[in-house]
Amino acid sequence: MENIQQQFVEIFGTEWGSMLFSLATNMTFILAIVVPLLLGVAYLTFAERKIIAYMQIRVGPNRVTFFGIPWLRGWGQPIADAVKAIMKEIVIPTGANKFLFILAPVLTIMPALAAWAVIPFSPELILADINAGLLYILAMTSMGIYGIIIAGWASNSKYAFLGAMRSAAQVVSYELAMGFALVCVLMMSQSLNLGDIVNGQQGNSFLNWYLIPLFPMFLVYLISGVAETNRAPFDVAEGESEIVAGFHVDYSGMAFTVFFLAEYSNMILVATLTSIMFLGGWLPPVDIAPFTLIPGIIWLLLKIAFILFFFLWFRATFPRYRYDQIMRLGWKIFIPITLVWIVLLGSIMQLPESIRNTFPLNIWF
Amino acid sequence: MNFQDILFYIFSAILVASALGVITVRNPVNSALLLVLAFVTCAGLWLLLEAEFLAIALVLVYVGAVMVLFLFVVMMLDINLDRLREGFWKWFPFGATIALIIVAEISMVMMGKYFGLEEMPIPRPHDADYSNTRELGRLIYTEYVYAFELAAVLLLVAMVTAIALTLRHREDKRSPNPSKQVKVRKEDRLRIVTMPAEKKE
Repeated sequence: MENIQQQFVEIFGTEWGSMLFSLATNMTFILAIVVPLLLGVAYLTFAERKIIAYMQIRVGPNRVTFFGIPWLRGWGQPIADAVKAIMKEIVIPTGANKFLFILAPVLTIMPALAAWAVIPFSPELILADINAGLLYILAMTSMGIYGIIIAGWASNSKYAFLGAMRSAAQVVSYELAMGFALVCVLMMSQSLNLGDIVNGQQGNSFLNWYLIPLFPMFLVYLISGVAETNRAPFDVAEGESEIVAGFHVDYSGMAFTVFFLAEYSNMILVATLTSIMFLGGWLPPVDIAPFTLIPGIIWLLLKIAFILFFFLWFRATFPRYRYDQIMRLGWKIFIPITLVWIVLLGSIMQLPESIRNTFPLNIWF
Repeated sequence: MNFQDILFYIFSAILVASALGVITVRNPVNSALLLVLAFVTCAGLWLLLEAEFLAIALVLVYVGAVMVLFLFVVMMLDINLDRLREGFWKWFPFGATIALIIVAEISMVMMGKYFGLEEMPIPRPHDADYSNTRELGRLIYTEYVYAFELAAVLLLVAMVTAIALTLRHREDKRSPNPSKQVKVRKEDRLRIVTMPAEKKE
């Protein structure tokens, strides 16, 4: 590392050399996050098809394989899908606003990837360790909606526009409940830094994780996360039985695939945030020998996979919500629950120390 | 010129260009999107001023919520562009007055040294562990708590008023009651009848 920095300084001079060096290292880190993420997205689609297939007593994709190896049957499917998508033509409808039509997928994938900058994968593995990490993530995820609205409008199609409208209203409503659930987390951790939030859950076992004192908030966050990513059973934005495929009905080829990538990387992001904020991030479930030997990032990945399984399970289990019931759940159930919980948590935090210590299991602080 | 200055000029150039675009572009959807760009670059400028909470709150509240609804309305409305262009000369004196006031304000900032700006100490950059959010929270809930609560109540009143003015109870329309529908059980709706099988003649 030092040697490379030296060489940069020698070639470009002191001021520009160190700056270009930090630029180069940051680029490398970004690639080190984005490439595994996109691979994860590819294999999440495979996992989804396989898991839902088994839940419905089918087999799922089992043909495409690498180099003809028989026990890898099916594992080549996401790669084959990607190759197919790249080779397809991107059709731009005649009445569409060309610039915005092309811009929309870009605006969708940008926040989905940018939010990963502040995610801590282990105590030292983090790209940007900023103080307001949680706020940054909220801001980034709230920008993802623009891609959907613009796609719906620029396609100049009724179905796409209806899908965009549904999606916009839904995401804006569930963002409130999501934000309030996170307010509870940051009240307990007293920090907006994601690393500090995980460190606040440090203890002997999983009893210290925020999952237990904030269990209702965990449920609210997870369900709002499903609604935010427009996943089943909240996928009215692309309800194929009513509006064909919603906002991306006019997209084809890679432009469609980019929407798909953004949706799945948002799913992984919500799962990661849930495991960081409620399931103790990189911390092992019990602080004894066999568990502590496993590196933190493995624990984090296991927790992410666990939450992602719920996403797929929901999709295979629940029928699609009706639109007014989605709104009712968001505004009339989740927001009141979170508001009451914030007041309750605040009052418990203000209790004298002696009373707080008598709480059962002492899970609160 | 160091890296921060370059960033400042890039952000400012984009901000000025997009703000000009908001008022000159023909299509209202494009101008709303340019306003979003202006907000985002403005947030970038605030980040350079170490106001990270304000910068992110600007993106979160204005870009993430307010402008989404704004864009929503602009896209849904069937706006007649010719009607919007009418009455330019009628409103010109009003607009010119506002423009003059803004020019005067900006020039007062630019010519700050005539108003004793140099007596103020130059703000010093804070350490890396300085939390803008914590400082802001402390000030809002201690020193400026009454002003803050007053602003909050004002917003609440505005919200309640907006809902009260637009809410109409229509008698001629049947609307479903989701909580009743959710509570429905199988026994309320479904009746299973056993019938003897009929013989074919």
